[in-house]
Amino acid sequence: MEFQFENNSPIYLQLIQKIKMAIASGEFKPGEKLPAVRELAMESKINPNTVQRALFQLEDEHLIFTQRTNGKYITEDKQKLKELKKELASNLLQEFLVKMQQLGFSKQEILEFIERKEK
Amino acid sequence: MSAIITCEHLNKDYGNKKILKDVNVTIEKGRIIGLLGPNGSGKTTLIKLINGLLVPTSGNVLVLGSKPGVESKKIISYLPERTYLPDNETIEQIIQYFSDFYFNFHVEKAYELLEKLKINPKDKLKTLSKGNKEKVQLALVMSRDADVYILDEPIGGVDPVARDYILSLILDNFKEEATLIISTHLIADIEKILDEVIFIHEGKIVLQSSADELRMQYKGSIENAFKEVFKNV
Repeated sequence: MEFQFENNSPIYLQLIQKIKMAIASGEFKPGEKLPAVRELAMESKINPNTVQRALFQLEDEHLIFTQRTNGKYITEDKQKLKELKKELASNLLQEFLVKMQQLGFSKQEILEFIERKEK
Repeated sequence: MSAIITCEHLNKDYGNKKILKDVNVTIEKGRIIGLLGPNGSGKTTLIKLINGLLVPTSGNVLVLGSKPGVESKKIISYLPERTYLPDNETIEQIIQYFSDFYFNFHVEKAYELLEKLKINPKDKLKTLSKGNKEKVQLALVMSRDADVYILDEPIGGVDPVARDYILSLILDNFKEEATLIISTHLIADIEKILDEVIFIHEGKIVLQSSADELRMQYKGSIENAFKEVFKNV
């Protein structure tokens, strides 16, 4: 698993987003074991402490859990996974709306735009 | 977290030129720290003081609570800015020197790293390109089982592909409890592997911060923060 990072925002936040995306998209399956901290750090060429920090936060959000001495796993909690998808979708939508508004589209126009695109 | 290196009111003059001015820095265990500053800002002088190659004009450098000396040299693996290896010898011979000099040097590891770097240990050092010489030196330094690694401009002479290689080599060969100090002015290339940054300018420490906090604070890269900070000093 190799992630690419930008220099211009905190790496641990980028990593959290990337792992969330990988979980939501099914790239990491529920119950699957996560690569070790060192491995993640090595492959993405980032600091192991940064990886650790990101994993702590994901664990705090109950998206991953630690099995004693045996590494970290993706949650199997279906409710959690559903919430995660909603959270990511809502972030994407927010980003989209902000950009569309910057382009000068009204809410009505945005809706029309989406409908036309879907046909 | 506990301090491994402490500088207290550290000053270094060369004649009447002040190179380091009242430097106070604490470096904690288990971190990767970028010592960042323009050319001539005092990075190498600070590193030499930590390694006991220079003596402070006033103030103190302490490595695990003691002044640099025989004990600190055992636990610090140091990559100097300039090469000091005998050019006319083969890498094999140089590996032998390292293993004679340092009790914590792992010969097998050195050979393993050279193989990964596709460098033939039977070659004489002088037949290698500048970039490959740098890689050999770094491989030797990283083959010591040290508590602290201090790398003075480890990526200066190599192309971007080799830089990636070198960063992997560093990350791959550094124990979790170990501390790594990298000095460079090529910030963009290494900033992703840093925990912490220290900015130095005209012999003064202008900032010490967590890398990600700094990105948050300046809403951009470390390199960007560096430019912002240095605009105002």
